[in-house]
Amino acid sequence: MKNSALRVEEYSSDLDVRVAPKDAALSMAHIYIAFSAFLVGAIAGLLQGLVRGGMIELPSWLGYYQILTAHGVLLALVFTTYFIFAFLFAGMSRTHGAFSDRLRKLSWTGFIVLTIGTLLAAVLIILNEASVLYTFYAPLTAHPLYYVGLTLFVVGSWISGAALLAHYFSWKKAHKGERTPLFGYMTVATIVLWIIACLGVAVTVLLQMIPWAFGLTDEINVLLSRTLFWYFGHPLVYFWLLPAYIAWYVSIPKIIGGKLFSDSLARMAFVLFLLFSIPVGFHHQLMEAGISHMWKFIQTLLTFVVIVPSLMTAFSIFGTFEQTGRAKGGTGIFYWLHKLPWKDVRFFAPFMGMIIFIPAGAGGIINASFQMNAVIHNTLWVVGHFHLTVGSTVLLTFFGISYWLIPHLTGRKFTPFLNRLGMVQTWLWAIGMFFMSGGMHLIGLLGAPRRTAYTTYQNHPDALVWFEGIFTNYITIAIGGVILFVAAVMMFYNFIYMTWLAPKGDTEFPISEPAEDASETPKVFENWKLWIGIAIVLILFAYTIPIYDMIVNAPPGSPTFDYLIK
Amino acid sequence: MHLHRYEKIWLTFGIGSLIIFLTVLGVSAFAMGHQPPSHMAKVDPQNVRSEAPFDEPGLRQIDETTYQANIIAMAFTYQPNKIEVPVGSTVRFHVTSSDVVHSFTIPNTNVNFMVTPGHINMAEHTFTEPGTYLVLCNEYCGTGHHHMQMTIEVVE
Ligand code: HEM
Ligand SMILES: [Cu+2]
Ligand SMILES: [Cu+2]
Repeated sequence: MKNSALRVEEYSSDLDVRVAPKDAALSMAHIYIAFSAFLVGAIAGLLQGLVRGGMIELPSWLGYYQILTAHGVLLALVFTTYFIFAFLFAGMSRTHGAFSDRLRKLSWTGFIVLTIGTLLAAVLIILNEASVLYTFYAPLTAHPLYYVGLTLFVVGSWISGAALLAHYFSWKKAHKGERTPLFGYMTVATIVLWIIACLGVAVTVLLQMIPWAFGLTDEINVLLSRTLFWYFGHPLVYFWLLPAYIAWYVSIPKIIGGKLFSDSLARMAFVLFLLFSIPVGFHHQLMEAGISHMWKFIQTLLTFVVIVPSLMTAFSIFGTFEQTGRAKGGTGIFYWLHKLPWKDVRFFAPFMGMIIFIPAGAGGIINASFQMNAVIHNTLWVVGHFHLTVGSTVLLTFFGISYWLIPHLTGRKFTPFLNRLGMVQTWLWAIGMFFMSGGMHLIGLLGAPRRTAYTTYQNHPDALVWFEGIFTNYITIAIGGVILFVAAVMMFYNFIYMTWLAPKGDTEFPISEPAEDASETPKVFENWKLWIGIAIVLILFAYTIPIYDMIVNAPPGSPTFDYLIK
Repeated sequence: MHLHRYEKIWLTFGIGSLIIFLTVLGVSAFAMGHQPPSHMAKVDPQNVRSEAPFDEPGLRQIDETTYQANIIAMAFTYQPNKIEVPVGSTVRFHVTSSDVVHSFTIPNTNVNFMVTPGHINMAEHTFTEPGTYLVLCNEYCGTGHHHMQMTIEVVE
């Protein structure tokens, strides 16, 4: 049978444009840690699903909130961040040329600091000194070194980010007047977003939590700390999403044998994401006291602006699909769909992610809808939601990237065998997610809380219904979790296979040619000072008055509560 | 920069629906009073019990059908742990925390808000059906978080 994924002649025209070998080593170092974290995080996820369903009990030396902390940290922070840097380093080397020795050294420094931070945090989680979950809300208190670990994590990511920015700007200097490659442009938007976002978490961790956890100060301003955390927490999700969008805009058009629909629209979407994903953190604090209705509503309005670049992205990507399908002879309203490479996992896994983003986005609109938030806030609905967004859309895209990124970096071949494994993996992930996330959404509507170990609330009928429904049942969630775990183990095997076992050879790093309209892209998009300036103005507008109020009119602060987590 | 004609239609439709939707949200919030819980009152979280109203936690009748329930959330329970009101009563919950962050959540109602130390948060609910209502904490507050609950008896 002919496997469309393997028409290597058609797809692999750029085999000689490679990631430089020394940059490949850097990128692979990130990949090793990313997938190790992924496997351990998935084990924790499996256990959580089974525990909540009352199907197993954890041994006495392992706490539910301990594995939940590990799950959140390993998957949402460690896997994502390491994978993103692996992708961005490789992509920048591929599109902007090899890193200079100086910048590569800087990148390795970033990697080492990031990894020391990760290991420190991991050790404290293992010792059960940090079961505060990956959001570490005060005044629950972890071991002070846990906060030091998180700080190193952020600092390491900033060093790596600085290396990426420097590489882009030195390219720009050497190519005066030329339009920058789209990959670099999008990388800069992502890193700038990350650096501005981290300022919030850096302020609360360095100025509030570390002095307080070490006993240098007696009290902490809880509301201020939560606000600074969520100033960071929402753009964090865009830090996960934007690299997935980079693959959609830059790599997928090449994989399907076409060209991006529009260059200027792609750049504009990224600028809008940068501007409107930060001044919106209050939508995570809608249910708490001490922030006025007015400011909550203003940030809710700003939140919804991200729908605009999201619609633009949907249009661009599906426009690219249609254009390509028609160029390949597809006709009619839908026939062009047949011309897309459905059996090629490099296309199919991210495509599945895109489809899942439709219900995920609709759920997100409900979450952010001000008063409506009360119905779902902190219920399992929310957990269902982000297993669709980050857990499926982002992850399936990252898996899709892995199928060419890893063999490209290790000098191996993308084989039909790997493609088949990948297709099965994608389906299993989607099916597992359907049960797990579907169950979580519905049971959340019935009030089931998130972040809660097995409990029937003393057999209260309102809690027992969570164990009795046909689909709205903790068992559905556990079954989905088991399927997902199988898919996760498969993905881990795929990583091993691509790294050490696949036959030696070449795999293309797909980068689309510039879009037709690329030459007309307005110069203003490259004006980063302007965009960063506007971003800062929006942030100051959305946050200055409420934060001033939180500081000046603060209630007495809170002491540490480290005994509650042990 | 050039926008494709379909893209113009798509964005106009999208942004148009967005504006309508946000207007509905705004009107429902500010004209009809459907606001998220955003109480501004404050307390000293380390001396919650020395100030009114939390020096006497419990239920207070305001008028014939309205009650105020002053409740302290703490690891891993609420004080009081049980309240009783006649069916048809409207209860205003005023809740604060004497330690970490908790929530005050009655499944299958719109009462679901965060309880942060230093602040008093509130919500109101009219109980039209008799029964034993479960209140639970849905914000992680420590090793015993999943045991944190209380009940509201709504009697004929
Ligand atoms: C094997 C696949 C997975 C399974 C079985 C799984 C299962 C679960 C379950 C049952 C919970 C809810 C626990 C609770 O609220 O009590 C949870 C929470 C969570 N999961 Fe997953 N998950 C999986 C994959 C992922 C992935 C890939 C990501 C992100 C990249 C992710 C991110 C999270 C986060 C951030 C939380 C919330 C942690 C918290 O509340 O502190 N999960 N997961
Ligand atoms: Cu958000
Ligand atoms: Cu709790």
